[in-house]
Formats: sequence, C-alpha cells, structure tokens
Amino acid sequence: MNVAYLYSLIAVVVLGLIAYAGVEAAGLDVLFGVVIPYLALIVFLIGFANKVLDWTKSAVPFKIPTTFGQQKSLDWIKHNRFDSPYTTGQVVIRMLLEILLLRSLFKNTRVGFGKGQRIAYKWVVWLWLFAILFHYSFFVVVLRHLRFFAEPVPFFVSFLEKIDGMFQILLPNLFLSGVLLLGGALLLLLRRVLLPKLVYISKPADYFPLFLIIGIAVTGLMMRYLDKVDVVRVKELAMGLATLQPGIPEGGISGLFYVHLFFVSILVAYIPFSKIMHMGGVFLSPTRNLANNTRAKRHVNPWNYPVKTHTYEEYEEDFRDKMKEAGIPVEKE
Amino acid sequence: MADTPKPDQLYKNIDHTMPDEAWEEIPPDLSQGRFPYPTKPKNLEYLDMPTPTKEEWSPADEEWPIPDNWQEIIHEGFKDRLEKYRSLKIFMDVCVRCGACADKCHFFIGTGDPKNMPVLRAELLRSVYRKDFTTAGKILGKINGGRPLTKQVLKEWFSYFYQCTECRRCSVYCPYGIDTAEITMMGRELLSLLGLNINWILEPVANCFRTGNHLGIQPHALKEMIEFFCDDIEEITGVKIDPTFNRKGAEILFITPSGDYFADPGTYTMMGYLLLFEHLGLDYTLSTYASEGGNFGLFTSSEAMKRLNAKMFAEAKRLGVKWILGGECGHMWRVIHQYMDTMNGPPEFGETPKSPITGTVFDHAAGTKMVHITEFTADLLRHNKLKLDPSRNDNKVVTYHDSCNPSRAMGLFEEPRYILKNVCNHFYEMPENTIREQTFCCGSGSGLNTEEIMELRLLGGLPRANAVKFVHEKFGVNMLSCICAIDRAAFPPLMDYWVPGVDVTGIHELVGNALVMEGESERTMDLRFEPLKEETEVDADE
Repeated sequence: MNVAYLYSLIAVVVLGLIAYAGVEAAGLDVLFGVVIPYLALIVFLIGFANKVLDWTKSAVPFKIPTTFGQQKSLDWIKHNRFDSPYTTGQVVIRMLLEILLLRSLFKNTRVGFGKGQRIAYKWVVWLWLFAILFHYSFFVVVLRHLRFFAEPVPFFVSFLEKIDGMFQILLPNLFLSGVLLLGGALLLLLRRVLLPKLVYISKPADYFPLFLIIGIAVTGLMMRYLDKVDVVRVKELAMGLATLQPGIPEGGISGLFYVHLFFVSILVAYIPFSKIMHMGGVFLSPTRNLANNTRAKRHVNPWNYPVKTHTYEEYEEDFRDKMKEAGIPVEKE
Repeated sequence: MADTPKPDQLYKNIDHTMPDEAWEEIPPDLSQGRFPYPTKPKNLEYLDMPTPTKEEWSPADEEWPIPDNWQEIIHEGFKDRLEKYRSLKIFMDVCVRCGACADKCHFFIGTGDPKNMPVLRAELLRSVYRKDFTTAGKILGKINGGRPLTKQVLKEWFSYFYQCTECRRCSVYCPYGIDTAEITMMGRELLSLLGLNINWILEPVANCFRTGNHLGIQPHALKEMIEFFCDDIEEITGVKIDPTFNRKGAEILFITPSGDYFADPGTYTMMGYLLLFEHLGLDYTLSTYASEGGNFGLFTSSEAMKRLNAKMFAEAKRLGVKWILGGECGHMWRVIHQYMDTMNGPPEFGETPKSPITGTVFDHAAGTKMVHITEFTADLLRHNKLKLDPSRNDNKVVTYHDSCNPSRAMGLFEEPRYILKNVCNHFYEMPENTIREQTFCCGSGSGLNTEEIMELRLLGGLPRANAVKFVHEKFGVNMLSCICAIDRAAFPPLMDYWVPGVDVTGIHELVGNALVMEGESERTMDLRFEPLKEETEVDADE
C-alpha cells in the first residue's frame, strides 16, 4: 500500500500545529507574520528565476513538436493550424489553448477490456474537469487576495468579487471560488487515493502540496465563515508587508490566520523545488512550443558537431569492382 | 514462437492490477524472451562505439560486462545531456504524475506491467535525476522520489527503454507534452555509453554505415533485386521498366527504406513506386550509396543518426539532382522532417522541390528539398495525372494504419487517405481513438522488431491489432495499409496471430495495382500474382 499520503497529511497537520502553537503559546507573531512570509517570498523569487534560467540555459537542438493535426503541405489539403502550427503566431495560439484550456488533458481516454477480445477507449472528462476547477478557482482566489495588498482595492478585484459572489448566499456572501478550490483539490486527492494506478505512481511530493492547498483552503474558509478573523487587522498586516513597513497590528490576529499564512508561505517557498514548477515549464515544452515547419525552415542546433561519416569515396573504394561489373557508374574507373 | 500461448489465453492473462510492492522494489524481468539480444562486439567496434567486452554476454547474466567507473560515466553523460536537451530537463522537472498517460501506452495496455506506464518509464530516469541533480532530491532523498543509480536500476533501464517504441502516443495526452520518446532516446544514449545496445539495432546501423542500407545489401545485389522486381512487373503488366542507379544529372533522387526491396510485402510497394515513376516518365535515379531511407541511428544516439543520415544530402549533391523524393517509411520521416536539415543541412544542391508533372512547388519542403511520396502522389491525383482503374483493388477491403512518426512527428494524415480513396473502392477507418494522432504503434518500432521478443511484440501490438479486428469483423477488412516499412515487416505476424485473414500493404502497392500503364497487357493478377476478382464478398456502397 502507498502510505505516502499519510506522511504528507501528518506533515501538513504538524506544520499547522507549529504555526498555531508558535503564535498562540509562544507569541511568535513576528516570526510567522513577517519573517517567514518574507523569507518564503525571497526563496520563491530566487528559486523560480533560477529554475527558469536553468531551463533556458539548456539548448533546444531539434524542433520536435508533437503534431495532432494535418501538416501544412498541399494547398488544397486543409491545414490544421493549431494542432500542427506552421508559424509562430499559430504556435502562440496552440500554447494559449493548451495553457488556458488544458486541451491535451481534454483528450483523455480510458482503456477497457471487454469480452471476446474487445478493447475499447472511452473519452473521460473527469481529470480535465477537476483540473480546470482547481486551477481556475485557485487563480480567482489568489486574485481576490489582492484586496489585502492594495488600497484602494483595484477595480478588477471588486468586479471579480461580484461575480464570484453572485449567488448571494450565506453571510458574509459566499465566494464560489473558495469552495470550488477546496472541492477541486479534494477531488484530485480522491483520484490519488482511490484509483489504483494513481495510488501506485503517487509520491509524497504529489500528496504534500495537495494537502497543503487543502489546508490553505480550509483555514481560509474557516476564517471567513466560521471563526471569523478581523479582516481590518489582516489588511493592516498585509499592507505592511506589501509596503515594506511590516508590523503586527495592535490587538493581534487569531492563531488560525497564522496557520493559513504559514501554509501559504510553505507552499510559495516549496514551488521552485516541486512539481508545481509545471506552471513555468509548460511554456518551455519543446513538443508544444515549436512550429511544425522543419522541412521549410532550418532549425539550428547550437552544439551540432561534425561526425565521422562513411563517404561515397570510401564506399566506392569498397565496392568499385562489383559496381563496375554490375554496370553501375563509378567516379574512378 | 513455439511456446507463445494461444491468443485467447494471452489476452486473458493481461492483468492491469497494480502489484503490492512499490515499483522501485521490483526487479526487471530479464528472463529469456523478455529482452532483445545485446550487440555483437564487431558492430560496436566497426562504429567506434564503446565496446565493453569481446565476449558473448546476456542481459540474463547476473554480472554485466560494464566498466568499473560506470556510475561516473552515466552521471557525466546525464549531466551533458541535461545541458544539451532542454526537453530532457523540462521533462525531468515538470511531471505532476496526473496519470493521463498511464493507459495510453500500447505496451502497458498489452502487458499490464506498471513500469510500461509512460509516467513510470520516465520515473526510471527521473528518480536518478532527482538524487543526482536537484537540491530537494539531494536533501530529501527517497522522500522526494530520489534513487541511487544501482546495477538493478541500470538493468531496469535496459529492460524498459527497450520496451518503448518511441511512438509518442503518450505525449499527445500529456498536459505538458512530456514525450517518452525523448526519455527513451536519452536512456538509450546513456546505456550506449557503457556499450549496452541491442544487436537488432546496431547491426543495421553498422551495415548501413558500410553498405548504405540496414540490410547490408551491396550495390550489385541491390541492382539485381530491383531488376528482379522489374521482371515480375513485366510478367504482370507486360511493361518493361529499366530504372537507373547512381545516375548523375537525374532530376530526382529516390530514397526508400531497404525493407521495400528486401522482403514481402514491402517489395510490392517498391514495385508500385517503379510503376508510378514509369507511368509518369519521371527523370529519377536510385542510389546504391544512399540506399536506405530508414535510420536505426535514431534508435541509438543522435550521433549515430547523423552519421547515417549524412549520406542523403551527400549523394544528392554528388549526383547533382534537384530534389529528393522519399518512400513510405515511418521513423525515416521523423528523421527527415524533424532532424535532417538541422543535423546535416543546409543542403548544398538543387532547388525547392517542384513536381515536373503538375508544376506544384512544395514550399513546405523548401529547406530539406525532400518530399514524401504520398505528398507527391496526392498532388498527381488532384491534377488528374494518373490513369487509374481502382476496381483492380476490389478484392481488397482496406483500412489504414497511421504510422506513428508520420502522424505525431509530421502531421501526415490526409495525403495517404486521399490516395487510398482514389485507388481502391473499399476503404474503412478504424475506430476514432486508434487512428490519426491517437494511432497505436505496431508494437515493434524503434528497433524492437526482433524475433526473440515476439511475445512482447504481440502484446505491444495488441491495441492496433484489436482495432483491425474490429473493422475486420464489422466491414470484412482484409487488407491493412500503412506507410511504414517496419509496419510492413511487423504487421504480418501480428495479424496472423490476432486477426488471421488480414494482409498488409503499402499505399503504393495499391497505386501500382490501379495504374493503367501505357501499352500494358490485360491485367489478371495483382502485384502479388494473385488473381484480380471483380466483386468482393462485401457489398460496399462506396
């Protein structure tokens, strides 16, 4: 059995307890409210930049797009521009569709073995759906949090909140994105705990960030709807951090908030060393971001080096007599 | 194949239950029949490649003949390739193990072996990468999925990088485009640094280096073979064809995989080309020096690929042709389309390919100056330049297999279909999830079409065979067409095993059957010397 998820769950719970106890019992508000968030941000920025730079330092010796559609060849054959892009513009659109709509994931199928030697492939949408829910709600939640870091609150954040809270249920008004984020993360987790193949391939590095994000979502929802946090003080802390004039607001903020913030800090600092770097890597994937035009336009390999070949002269040297006998023309009679 | 179970049994034995043990703990199965034979030392020596031993050895042996500092060699090789290939570095870092690829691999579908899931095939390398090249892996070790490079890991690499046909199907479904072909290519290059290659690949490479083709056919023998086909053509059609070899000043150099002149049913496709060129009065020549379209170097290392591929441009330049026409072959076209100009270009001969018959300029091949024969023929058909009698293929109910490389590394989908619809009357597609970019490999690509792993090949080829079985039962399909020489070699045993009653053909064999040649005698036989029938059993409405 794969117990990787237990370790990850325990790790996240322990991290949460550390932050809670650290603030509530030991009074380490400054550590968890200022020092760690700053450290996390620095680690993230340097780590992320390093990783991306490291990727770009590696060469792209060959143009190796995976083609999903008809190449550009004869005029009267319809060229599939976005599945087999020929120009940079078409590549950009292919990339946008991939990154914004997760198009490859949308193709997902499941294999099934039937009676009488019948193998079938069924289109399955779940992974795509969960991924879309998860990523977009996460994105909205992050954007919404900008409200804490800017005064006045940017117009697009207020606008987003209007849409996000359009159902007008609960008080304070329920934001869909928070619930969907938790739901999406839980669904992705369920796949990893229930589907045998997923259990088999999953590592602690797969469960840990999921639990961390679930922890972030749960503490966030709790602060908004259950154990309500003093948002004025939270904003004061956030503005302090954003304006590089950090300080702990008078009267303090609840331990729950620091658990939330600590989880976020851990996640942010963890990104450069984790699979979450897919958010940067997807832009650089050579099977997606290159045009399928290699026969028209030469791609240059920066490390292309001369190799030992078997020249025609050497070949003729080997076989001249036989060639002449067979009436095949030769260079040297 | 004597001890291969019956198809029903083999099918029933497929088990997709995941084992109790973690995959890291399970040693690779290197019993007889589960691995391709290692390279004979003479081939490695001939190519100046690392040669571990002059003795015969077997992957089943406990101790492998590798140098003492093998870990260092692999480490340095890995490091070098991380700098040379962004693909490798990205693919090592970004996988989230979402599992989308898991059941997309024909070898996983056929064997149920978890390490044939693309994600785990990549983890074989990734685990070592994490331990050796990442900060988190160095600190966290096993928790982060890191693994030291042990002899068992090395054996695992050998086992599983030679159970991947580099077909790229998984990369279609991966949200980051992680391409297991890249992983396998890198894995094989690393193994190759220790002299761990397989003979079914390296022997063709060595042959090709010396004689110009994988099968080691020498120039006079090659000419005899082609002349033999011309005799057959004359017997069937009454038309005498006299192709030229190594002729300077020809307009077009024609290069096709050696499989097309070596063994049935590829030979019939070769006859199809010859008939087509004769029909057109094309000014072309064959070369005995560049007598191989395929390139088993691709399955060895980028260097080996470049060494073999160099002959094409060199010969085109020596002969002074205007452009090159390429025959039906899968991986050959991956090399030509995605690698050739980069490796051995820019070409120092000729001009942008232009069809001398229709005047069509093939702008999309302006750089490499090399055109795929189905592009060339589709253009001819579009311009009504061929006199055809498709009813001569009426004894065939045809389906089309999209060969992996022309599909997923080129996007060649419509040209062959257009030709098929013009030259035969009964054509049916296989189910949607098994064709075009989702096509399934024959199970024997990337140099794995060797006899000693026949059972693995049958299992790997099962998804493709099963889709053929579907159209065989539904539409009476009896002919599987394809544009790949390895397909033409690998499919006959695969069909005999899973779908008896289905034969295999190249597209241009069907073209050759349908072509009405000037001055031909009445045709009573197809290119296989089989009688033409007017009607088929199936009442097709096309």
